[in-house]
Amino acid sequence: MTATRTSRRARSQETIDEYLLSEQQLADMYYYMLLARRLNERMLALNRQGRAPFVIAGAGQEAAQVGAAMALKRGTDYLAPYYRDLGMMLVFGMTAREAMLNLLAKRDDWNSYGRQMPSHWGSPDRKIVTQSSVVTTQFVHAAGIALAAKMKKDPIVVLTCCGEGSTSRGDFHEALNWAAIHQLPVIFFVQNNGYAISERNEKAMPVKHVADRKRAYDMQGAVCDGMDGIAVYQTVRPAVDQARNGGGPHLIEAKCYRLWAHSSDDDDSRYRPKKELEEWAKKDPIKLFRDRVESDGIFPREELDEIEARVEEEIREAAQWALMQPDPAPEDALGFVYKEL
Amino acid sequence: MALMTVIEAVRSTLDEALAEDDRVFILGEDVEAGGVFRATEGLKARYGERIIDSPLSESSIIGVSIGAAHYGLRPIAEIQFADFIHAGFDQLCSEASRWSYRTRGDAWLPMVVRTPWGGGVHGGQHHSQSIEAFYSHMPGIKVVAPAFPADYRSLLKAAIADPNPVLFLEHKRTYRLIRQEMDGAPAETRIGRARITRRGNDLTIFAYGLMLHESLVAAETLSGEGIEATVVDLLTLNPIDHETILEAAKATGKVLIVHEDVLTGGLGGEIAAIIAEHAFEYLDAPIRRVAGPDIPAMPFHHAMEDFFMPNRDKIATAARELAAY
Repeated sequence: MTATRTSRRARSQETIDEYLLSEQQLADMYYYMLLARRLNERMLALNRQGRAPFVIAGAGQEAAQVGAAMALKRGTDYLAPYYRDLGMMLVFGMTAREAMLNLLAKRDDWNSYGRQMPSHWGSPDRKIVTQSSVVTTQFVHAAGIALAAKMKKDPIVVLTCCGEGSTSRGDFHEALNWAAIHQLPVIFFVQNNGYAISERNEKAMPVKHVADRKRAYDMQGAVCDGMDGIAVYQTVRPAVDQARNGGGPHLIEAKCYRLWAHSSDDDDSRYRPKKELEEWAKKDPIKLFRDRVESDGIFPREELDEIEARVEEEIREAAQWALMQPDPAPEDALGFVYKEL
Repeated sequence: MALMTVIEAVRSTLDEALAEDDRVFILGEDVEAGGVFRATEGLKARYGERIIDSPLSESSIIGVSIGAAHYGLRPIAEIQFADFIHAGFDQLCSEASRWSYRTRGDAWLPMVVRTPWGGGVHGGQHHSQSIEAFYSHMPGIKVVAPAFPADYRSLLKAAIADPNPVLFLEHKRTYRLIRQEMDGAPAETRIGRARITRRGNDLTIFAYGLMLHESLVAAETLSGEGIEATVVDLLTLNPIDHETILEAAKATGKVLIVHEDVLTGGLGGEIAAIIAEHAFEYLDAPIRRVAGPDIPAMPFHHAMEDFFMPNRDKIATAARELAAY
């Protein structure tokens, strides 16, 4: 379900020059960002009620995720996400109900059928690559998918994500190396949210920007404001187009901020200055987006309110529905160790 | 009929797979030039862009193979020496082995990782290792270790056709040492079956790779002394063939397990446990193991290397003691 159905009037599909996005796409962007945030809020509430064992969220990164995912061709391009990428998953077709199934590790969660922790995404049908908790391994898979696509001359792009903390791992560098050597159609999209659990950027990297590392691999890259979904789209979309046309890989860093603790098990007050959080909260990507499109006169306030009401209702219904869905049977732990064709 | 070495068996099977299926491609270090053991010699000229020299980074060779297999190609990765595969342990253990499991079979990985293993080549600590126990501890990855050229052909063909990740272990000492008369196409076979290679009533020897050949030589020596050994070629180390192991153990009641890998945590322990658990009443003697000593890796100097390696004499000595028990 997209914002299309929530609107009273038909929205223009025509690109607005200033945004590189149409009115419809802007409405979708708001819808997906809001849906991601409100879902994460409901998930955390369910966790605090003892109904969901674990939540890992993307609050503060919705603009980065939705802006980047909207730059891809859904149904054609591949996504190798990381665990905070709820916003990307929604753009790639996961519904609120399905997100709740995943949170609750229900039998019918198509990400892993209860076999992985929540937010470990994956669906071959939707071209979303299954991921583990080990960070950045998916960067190398993305290079492999792109290599295979290039060999088959399929005009696809692979977008893969991680946080800045993950860029210390060997797999990050090995994947960039492969992609640059073979000029593969990969967008390496790093969501720099300021923290790797408690470790700030400067503990993890000597360079100021992750994207500075593009030079070591002679690849293209950019830094963008990850709190601004429109800016993210405007950065990622041309990179996707270039990569699709044989232009090689890009390393794009979206500067965003992790507004919440690392996970439902983490207490960020132990290490994060309150003042810093307050400053960043003023740049909340959803608030920024709403203020901008409202003041630019793209949408009247009531239309944005309407999207908001629709999202609330969708999530309320989704949570209620998902809680009633069947759990896996204990013996569902067995099977599919080996694929049989 | 023609005599074929192990390395020729590997090369010809790769060649045939590349010719038959354009989804098959090869990646690894130095594979374009033919590889350090020449397993891929001549293939670059024939298959061009489907033979890909990789950067020197094992984790990415395996990780890129995962991505390509996920996309529907059939990568055959070469890790130059098994000793260097551990840089890719994470990609094999955390990713490849679980791909089907964590998606309930929605996704799968038809990929092969070939790698030369084993000692006896003056390779020192980092060109001689037995790595099979680490990777046989991972449900989700099949581990194959043939001994004879014909089995290299049939099992490599089966590995390439398999929808799961297969670690295909090639004993480097046997590459040019072991020859076999062969004709025509590889036999149809499936991964997961051991074979009773020789039958005798006095004891059963389990082995694989180079040690299978040493065990067969030992068995001939013993035969001259009136001791007849059954020798089982395990062929697949994961998932291991319980049925054939138990059948062969029960047939003689005396079991000797041979591997180059160090004793502690080696596959001998698992095989012994299978037999102790399911065939205890059939045993007439304690299970014996001949294995590498519990030192970190094979030393370089030939005297120390010989000391490390199990061989026909050590196997025969243990077998005599077992037969006399």
